[in-house]
Order: sequence, then C-alpha cells, then structure tokens
Amino acid sequence: MTNTDNGTNHTTPRPVVRLRGITVRYPGVLANDGVDLDLAAGEIHALMGENGAGKSTLASVLYGARRPDTGTLDLFGAPTRLASPADAIAAGIGMVHQHFMLFPGLTVAENVVYGAEPLHRFGVVDRAAARRAVADLVRRYGLDLDPDALVRDLPVGVRQRVEILKLLHRGARVLILDEPTAVLTPGEADRLFTVLRGLAAEGRAVLLVTHKLGEVLAVSHRVTVLRDGRRTTVLRTEETTAGDLAAAMTGRDLDLDVVHPPGTPGEPVLEVRELTVAGRGTKPAVDAATFTVRAGEIVGIAGVAGNGQAELVAAVVGLRRARSGVVRLRGEEITHAPVADRRRRGLAYLPEDRGEVGAAGQASLADNLAAGFHRGPLLGRFGFLSPTALTRHARRIIDRFRVRTPDTRTPIAALSGGNQQKAVLGRELAHQAPLLVAEQPTRGVDIGAVQAIHAELVAYRDAGHAVLLVSAELSEIRGLSDRVLVCYDGRVVAEWDRDEATEHRIGLAMAGEAG
Amino acid sequence: MTIDPALFSAALRALTPILFAALAGALCQRAGIFNISLEGTMLVGCFAGVAGSWFTGNPWLGVALAVAASAAFSLVLAVGSVSLGGDAIVISVAMNLLAVGLTAFLLRTVFGAQGSFSDPELRGLDRVRLPLVEEIPLLGPVLSGHSPLVYVSWLAVAVTAVLLYRCRWGLRLRGLGENPAAAASLGVRVTRQRYLVVVAGGGLCGLGGAQLALGNVTLFAENMTAGRGWIAVVAVMLGAAAPVGVFLAALLFGLAEALGFRLQGLGLPQQATDAAPYVVTLIALFVSSRRLRRRDPVEGAVDR
Repeated sequence: MTNTDNGTNHTTPRPVVRLRGITVRYPGVLANDGVDLDLAAGEIHALMGENGAGKSTLASVLYGARRPDTGTLDLFGAPTRLASPADAIAAGIGMVHQHFMLFPGLTVAENVVYGAEPLHRFGVVDRAAARRAVADLVRRYGLDLDPDALVRDLPVGVRQRVEILKLLHRGARVLILDEPTAVLTPGEADRLFTVLRGLAAEGRAVLLVTHKLGEVLAVSHRVTVLRDGRRTTVLRTEETTAGDLAAAMTGRDLDLDVVHPPGTPGEPVLEVRELTVAGRGTKPAVDAATFTVRAGEIVGIAGVAGNGQAELVAAVVGLRRARSGVVRLRGEEITHAPVADRRRRGLAYLPEDRGEVGAAGQASLADNLAAGFHRGPLLGRFGFLSPTALTRHARRIIDRFRVRTPDTRTPIAALSGGNQQKAVLGRELAHQAPLLVAEQPTRGVDIGAVQAIHAELVAYRDAGHAVLLVSAELSEIRGLSDRVLVCYDGRVVAEWDRDEATEHRIGLAMAGEAG
Repeated sequence: MTIDPALFSAALRALTPILFAALAGALCQRAGIFNISLEGTMLVGCFAGVAGSWFTGNPWLGVALAVAASAAFSLVLAVGSVSLGGDAIVISVAMNLLAVGLTAFLLRTVFGAQGSFSDPELRGLDRVRLPLVEEIPLLGPVLSGHSPLVYVSWLAVAVTAVLLYRCRWGLRLRGLGENPAAAASLGVRVTRQRYLVVVAGGGLCGLGGAQLALGNVTLFAENMTAGRGWIAVVAVMLGAAAPVGVFLAALLFGLAEALGFRLQGLGLPQQATDAAPYVVTLIALFVSSRRLRRRDPVEGAVDR
C-alpha cells in the first residue's frame, strides 16, 4: 500500500478527510482537544482509545452530529461545514452506529433506500428499482441478504450489513463504523473485515472506531490513538505491536492478559439442573441448562448476546419463570421461589443494565445503596427507615469501594458509569451472600474501574463465596473464571476448566461450532 | 330478528365516524404519536358541522367548517406533544375534557339551547343513490343511499393505504414512528411530518364529526360522540394501524352498533343494547392482547 504513510511523506495522496484542531467541550469535560485526523482513499483507519477518550465525539463531528467548538474539516480537498448527519450523507460520509439506526418493521430494501428512494411519478416509490439496487449491492459485496426480509427477523450481524448497504446505496465514500464487532461472533467479525477490505480496495476510506487491539492489528492500515481527548500518536499498523498500542491508549504499560490465580472450590452453592425457560414461539430461550457453581470459584458464562444467557440469569435470580428443571441454592430448592426469598437465602445480583434494573437513576446514592437492605438492618423504630442508618450504610459502601461522589444525596445517574457500577457492585457485595450473580460487570466502564471491579470479584471469591459471571468480553471471562461455560442458541454447549478454555475454543463454541 | 340488507346498511352508516377517527389514529400511530384525543376532536367537528350548516344553510359549508375546526383543535396536540415535548396521552385526555365542556358552552351561547339542538330548518347531508349499484339485488340497498361522506370514508381508506405503502411519504412516515432518531438522521423533518399528520388527522376527525351530526342524524347533542372516538382508538390497535385492518375493525363495531339498535326493536332494554359496541370493544381488546402475548412472551414475563 502506498497510501498508508503517516501524512509526512510526499507520496501520500491527498487525504479525502482532513480534520484539523478539532476541539469539543461538554459541560465540565474537554472531549476533544485539538485533534487532527487524516483519512486517505483506500485505507482502513482505526481510531482507538479507552472509554471516554473522545473517539465517539470525534466520529460524531465527522458525520455532522456535533459541531466542533473550533477546528476545520477539509473533505476531498475543499473546506466543508457539516450541519447535520443528512449533510454528511449528502457529502459522502456515512456512519454505522453501535446502536443500529434501522426500522425493524420495514424490509431490508425499504431500510436501504429510506431517504433516497427511487421514484415513479407522483412520489410513488419504485419498489422494483429499490429491490434491484439492493440486490446489485448485495451481489457486488457478497453480503448475503434477502431484500424482502423484515429487519426485525434478522440476527444482529445481518442487520449490520443492512446498515452498510444503506451507506453504499447513498454512495458514501467515507464509512465510519463505531465499535462494529461488539455484537458479532468472531466468525461474523471476520466476514465483516472481508467486506471492509473490499470497500477499501475500491478506494473508499473506512474509519474503524474501536478499543479492541486484536481487530486493529488484524484489519487496519493505520491507527490514530486518542487519550483524554488528545491524539497521542498515529502509527502504521504493520510497524506496531499490541503493547505499543496499549501504552499509547493508557499511558502505561498494561499487562494485557491479567489472569488471576485460581480459586479453591468447595461445596456446591448453586446447582442448576435441566433448567428450561420459555422463549418466543415454541423454541425455549434456555434449553435444559445444567451446571454447578461451588463456593470459592468463579464460573464464567460466555456467549454472544441473545443466546439465552440473559434468560438463564433471570430464571436463576427469580425474574423469569422456569418452565421446567430445578434450581438449588445451598441445597434448598428455589426454582419457583419469589425474589425476596432467594435473596434471604443468600443470593446477590449485579444486573446487566444498571440504568434499568440495577439502580434508580434519579434517586439518591444513599437510597440506591439501601435497596435490598430495606427489610432489615436499616429499619429504625416502628418499622420506618432510619435516615441516619441509611447515610451510615451508604458511607460504608462508598468508602470501602472508593465510589467517587460529592455526597450521599447525589442522584446516582449523576455519577460516571464506572462509579455507578462500583456503587451497585458494592451494594451487592455488602450482602456477603454465598452466591453473587454478576452480569456484564464492566460494560461501559473505563479501564481503571474494570481493574478495580475485577479485583473485587476475585477477592469475593477468595473469601469463600460463589460467583456466577456472565460476560460478552472474552478477556474478562478468561481472566476471571475458574471454569467457563458457553451458551449458544439457548443451550450450554461447552464447559471447560480454565486451562482448557482457550480463546480459540471459546470463540468457536460461541459461534455454534463446538466440537 | 332477521339479517337483512337494512341491517348492513345501518352498520355502514354507524361505522363511518369511527372509521374516519380510526384512520386519523392510525396515521398518528405511524408517526409515533399515540393520539387518544379522537373523541374530543370529533365532538368539536360535530358542533362545527351543525353550526356551519345552520348559519350558511349549506351542509357542505358545515362539513368544511367541521374539518377546519377539528384540524385547528388538533393543533393543541401538535404544539403540546411535538413542539413542547408534552406527554401525548395527558394532553389528549385534557383535550377530550375540554371538547365536552367547550361544545356544551357554545351550544348554550350560540344556539341558546341546553342538552341538544335540532331544528327542521337545519340541513343535513342528502343521501346519494348510486344509479347502477342500486339495481344489484341484496348488495344494492346495502351500498347505495348513504350520505356522501360514507363514500368519502371508503375513498380515504384507499388513499391512506396507497400513501402509506406505495409512496415515499408513507415509507418515511412508517419509519418515523418506528425509529424517529434514524429517520431524522436520514434527512426526514420529524417535526414538520408530525405536525402534518396530527393536523390532517384532526381534519379526518372533523369529517367523522360531520357525518355523525349531519349524516347519521341532523342535530347536535352534548357529548354526542358517546365513546366512538375511544372505539376508534381500539380499532387502531385491533387493525394494527393499517388502513384496511382499521376498516375491518371499524366494520365490526359498526355491526355491533346496528345490531344493538335492532335488538332494541325486539324489546331488550335500551341500556343493554347501547352497550353492544363497548362489549365488542372489550372482547376485541381481550382477544388481541391474548394474541399479542402469545406472539411475544418475552415482554412482560416478570410475574412477581
């Protein structure tokens, strides 16, 4: 490739995108601080950084959703101002969002042409032409899509292809993809990379926004690294290593594969036998799952979202009814027990979604931390909650888990994601329950908080408690788990001790190709 | 009791106001606005229709005034929910209460009447006889001899269907309701589109009101819509906000109302027969919610 130089070389073709000195201020935060970015035709350019480093802000400037406070954009050599995403699309820049911007009730063809419809007279949509245009694109890029399928019936990986088609239909020459592999199996991710390489080979520019080192090294030509809103470096991928990139992202040499020492399993705490949970239609969401979690061990459940893990956890903690099977906690059957009963018998639960289930956003930190303790220790005289006990209880958790907050009266939603999560985790750990069910414990939190949360989970295990961990992050599963289970299509398709659970094997099992 | 053409003819008459309002509701639903102000908006149309016809002596000017008044009334919902970001349900409830009070007040101040206003001089819409259709045995008497607005409502079903499923405008509207953020990102002017749909829906409700007050009967009575706007809301759900589905749902309610009248003739107490459309509504809601639940057991699965 001749166009992968770092911008100082005179043989570099004029970049199609030239961002200079982009600065974006949010209240109290400098999200982008004088950032430069060049994209050349024909290159896949990775934009890397930790959560909160300013990647998404920079991407939103480029596709017109955010006006920078200062800074300029040259597009195809001409100074350009983008007032809206619609402007950006018209100028040839398109974005595939992390949360897809699709219409589930419309067909693939309708989604693709939406906003740029081929027409007969009088505003009547030329549906044959729309279908033909989509079929052409599908064939040209080997995307394997049925133009007449309803988007709501498609799996996530396929919906992403619809998003890409949308951009191609509009003739986008610059494609931005925000964390595109977050929802994909390793196999699907490889297919996506093949498509991206094809697009770049045609002379389009691809900006891949990601924090995953592996995919940056696998697919990109150049990398721009952001840290704390500033650009730390631009590198040619072939001249760099994972260690270099990690150091550029975090500013420190990070041990990328922290593997905690194994635990010492004791008595079974959670026993799940042939657990089946009803799903949509006749197919169960969880199909005869059987496993055991012992005291002093962390059992990790890996799987692509939507393969039954969420329903399995819901049935274990009592938020979904089990159709058949048995769940036992410390030898006692709790299959159909109410939630309060399960908690009393020794179950704590860190839910996947702290915004929806784990916390009440507008309620104060103290109130949030009191939840679950309100039936016992926080009651004062006559069965009323005692405000002093509430505050004292909250203080204990805040100090113990280093939650950064102005005071205990702050609404929990005002804290950063990492601090919210530490607070909710602290609350659940404070129960000292024999079983902790932790669902996606580090989703959306920064790397410092990730390490703190991981250390807490391991310490909890070492204190002799059982932990059931559900995570979509392979590194988290492998770094923490004493045993690894893989969910695919509602079934537990694999169970390995930590030494047997290689990334490769887990990846295959997650894609349903377990041997 | 016999099943005869007159029964179906009555059903078609009864369904028309519901159908107009339900089409309005379906359009709003597609735009992502849950419009339950149909009842009040239609009532405003009833009053404006009667007033327009009375003061001009021309029922068609009454229809025009009904459309204009209802469209203007629906601006309350458009401004409140689209521009000011208020809750459409709360605003709609307030509009329904306002419409009852406002029309009763105007009835007294404009016509000096209380409870209801009718006069031999008040001109309603003439029935249209369809020349050839009329001759068809059985079907002829059912289809012919209605107020022109009955035929307009059928036309409105067809036009709405073509707009929704064949035109660019409809494609964009269907997407808008499902994912407004995505529609906006693709250049759809969300605010403008929603205003247009809410106000056009108001106009449709006005046609429904005009049919009720100048077609089905020729009078205005306080709260004369008597729940038809609410039945229209149910028809929108039952018909999945599709024009033809909504038509079939409205037909069901029209039949129920016509049957109710018929049962009255058989000596059943009026209170019981008047309840027929509402009983059908309840059954329809029950059946459709069961069907929905079967299709999607994941939502609402938390049972304690």
